[in-house]
Amino acid sequence: MQDSEPAATSAFAIRQVSKRYGSVVAIDDLSLDFEAGTTTALIGSSGSGKSTVLRLLLGLEWPDRGTVSIGGHPLEPGQVLQLRRRVGYVIQEGGLFPHLTAQGNLALLPHYLGWDAARIGQRAKELAELTHLPLAALERYPAELSGGQRQRVALMRGLMADPDALLLDEPLGALDPIVRHELQDELKRIFAELNKTVILVTHDLPEAAWFAERLVLMRKGAVIQDGCFEDLRDRPADAFVARFVAARRQLPRASR
Amino acid sequence: MNRRLLTRLLGVWTCILLPIAGHAVPVYIGSKQFTESVILGELARVSARQAGIDAVHKRQLGGTRILWRALLQGDIDAYPEYTGTLTHELLKNVPANADIPSLRARLKPLGIGITDSLGFDNTYAIGMRADEAKRLGIARISDLRRHSGLRLGFSNEFMNRNDGWPGLRRRYDLPQKDVRGMDHALAYRALASGAVDAIDLYSTDAEIPYYHLRALDDDLHYFPRYEAVYLYRLQLEQNAPGFVAALNGLAGRIDEKTMRGMNAEVKLQGVKEDVVAADFLGLRADADDHSGLWSRLLQRTVEHTKLVLASLGLAVLLAIPLGVLAARLRRFGQVVIGLTGILQTVPSLAMFVFMIPLFGIGAWPAIAALFLYSLLPIVRNTHAGLVGIAPELSESAAALGLPPGVRLRRVELPLAARSILAGIKTAAVINVGTATLAALIGAGGYGQPILTGIRLDDIGLILEGAVPAALLALLVQGMFEGIEHRFTPRGLRLVARQ
Repeated sequence: MQDSEPAATSAFAIRQVSKRYGSVVAIDDLSLDFEAGTTTALIGSSGSGKSTVLRLLLGLEWPDRGTVSIGGHPLEPGQVLQLRRRVGYVIQEGGLFPHLTAQGNLALLPHYLGWDAARIGQRAKELAELTHLPLAALERYPAELSGGQRQRVALMRGLMADPDALLLDEPLGALDPIVRHELQDELKRIFAELNKTVILVTHDLPEAAWFAERLVLMRKGAVIQDGCFEDLRDRPADAFVARFVAARRQLPRASR
Repeated sequence: MNRRLLTRLLGVWTCILLPIAGHAVPVYIGSKQFTESVILGELARVSARQAGIDAVHKRQLGGTRILWRALLQGDIDAYPEYTGTLTHELLKNVPANADIPSLRARLKPLGIGITDSLGFDNTYAIGMRADEAKRLGIARISDLRRHSGLRLGFSNEFMNRNDGWPGLRRRYDLPQKDVRGMDHALAYRALASGAVDAIDLYSTDAEIPYYHLRALDDDLHYFPRYEAVYLYRLQLEQNAPGFVAALNGLAGRIDEKTMRGMNAEVKLQGVKEDVVAADFLGLRADADDHSGLWSRLLQRTVEHTKLVLASLGLAVLLAIPLGVLAARLRRFGQVVIGLTGILQTVPSLAMFVFMIPLFGIGAWPAIAALFLYSLLPIVRNTHAGLVGIAPELSESAAALGLPPGVRLRRVELPLAARSILAGIKTAAVINVGTATLAALIGAGGYGQPILTGIRLDDIGLILEGAVPAALLALLVQGMFEGIEHRFTPRGLRLVARQ
């Protein structure tokens, strides 16, 4: 009973997409819409297919069946480079190029797009303010940056050309709890300031609930439940969802 | 334009151009890798000079095949040869005892001329230490049959030639199992030190009296006659008739004793070949080739470095793109790395010889061979460097929306730079070593004194080539480490340290 036309306000739409790697089914007849300007969290265990969704949206993978469209246009190999430039992508540990300084990493795409040095520097300064990165860090190589700084630079690199959307794949997955907590605050603020379409992949339910109104819980390449945190907690679609929600440690109470 | 005018114009041009071509191009003389051949080559060169003809002697080229091919292709114009080699090795279907006039008739269709015998027969013989032969009661080759435990050491060419060991073993039904190939100049030392019991020798070798050797009687008349002659290109009869006359003028003038005497002067008294040749012709040696150690070294360094740099430069131009393609297309990669790997297994001398039909003799075939050897290390390291890039990095570059060419230039090649440079360094160091063999095909370099040193049993000369070659290899190694340090981006060095 799903509509085969993407909704008019859809930034991204996936229609009846299947994807296999050999005999392993990564995505199984999946349909999903992501509305422009909203933040969505894709959650699920490892191997649930949530990262593959991002890769399909970027044209890093192509579906075996079904269609992917961006801004109402089907994704085609000929336009994939232009479309990627309209989308920022941030992965765990940043994926920064170790042979370039932070500034060099930021400049890579704008330089190709023909920006002059002044414009690139100006944009980098703006984003450093937005992400609270000290300006001195721009001259350092990734190996000289802290884990938190690396993620800030990776986010800046994704934002340099002012894309319409941000896709983040476990962006905070490799950070220690204190830095992670701090960056969760900042990212939420940044998403609110930018007002872009954000899709965030995480396996951490509290983190997903912190960032997103809409949570999409996936398992074995299919959507099990799609709703807000309260829906998942109070009306789990099945026993798996209930287990996923319950699988959290309580801190021990202080003894009296 | 009417035809007669055209013909006349062509005629005028030919008249202008031909004499220029005739004078500008010197006559090239080749010689084989043993002293007698080098002396005969010098004799030809000095005679040519006497006749007022500019001649260049490309001395001690790799072997009979190389010279024969070079002569047929016109890379050299003349070289000293022996009739037995012609009948048994170079010409097909020739009676073993063919005389020089019948050989002349056979060579003519090939465009090759032959002089009359220079006056001596330098046949193969089997030699033993005289005292040892006496002790065992061996005087004839047939006597060897009774001593199956004798160790034989033969020159590599003799081991494989039709008129060498295989035929000798059949004719005399020889039982020896311990037979090894070695350089002819070294064989005498092996025999003298008792490491082998019998070797092949040439009957004019100076070492026969020097080492107190006995040449065994060829009682079954196995070895053919090896009359010394010059072979030359018949074209010379038009282009340089004076030179052909000079070569023919040497015929009948050198008897066996004279040749053995000249060999002894060079090998045992250390007189230079050109001096011996000039003496024989009653001339003073020209100053050529008597330059000081430093200018010799400089010249060889230039030759050697030229070989290494040219081959390496060409290899880099082809191998890096091949390595990139190999990393992109898996199948193609397997094929390319397999093929360049096969090239690597071709023995160096064989590789140099294979290049002669394509490039003649001199620097170009050597550059081509070294080029082929350089491909594998560079292709393999380019491929490995690119394939070894962490997938999240290549993917980050793709996700940015950069086109493949920009990704390759700005991200992938810099990340693979260390590996690629290491491949180029390996190729360069191997090339410095392998290029010493290039002297065998007339390319000069540090191999030249090494070859001469081996031939004359002169350690000093060998070191004159081997030491600079080793130093150059170290220098190249050091230079590449500097380049590696400079060209590895600082960020990557930081990563390596972590």
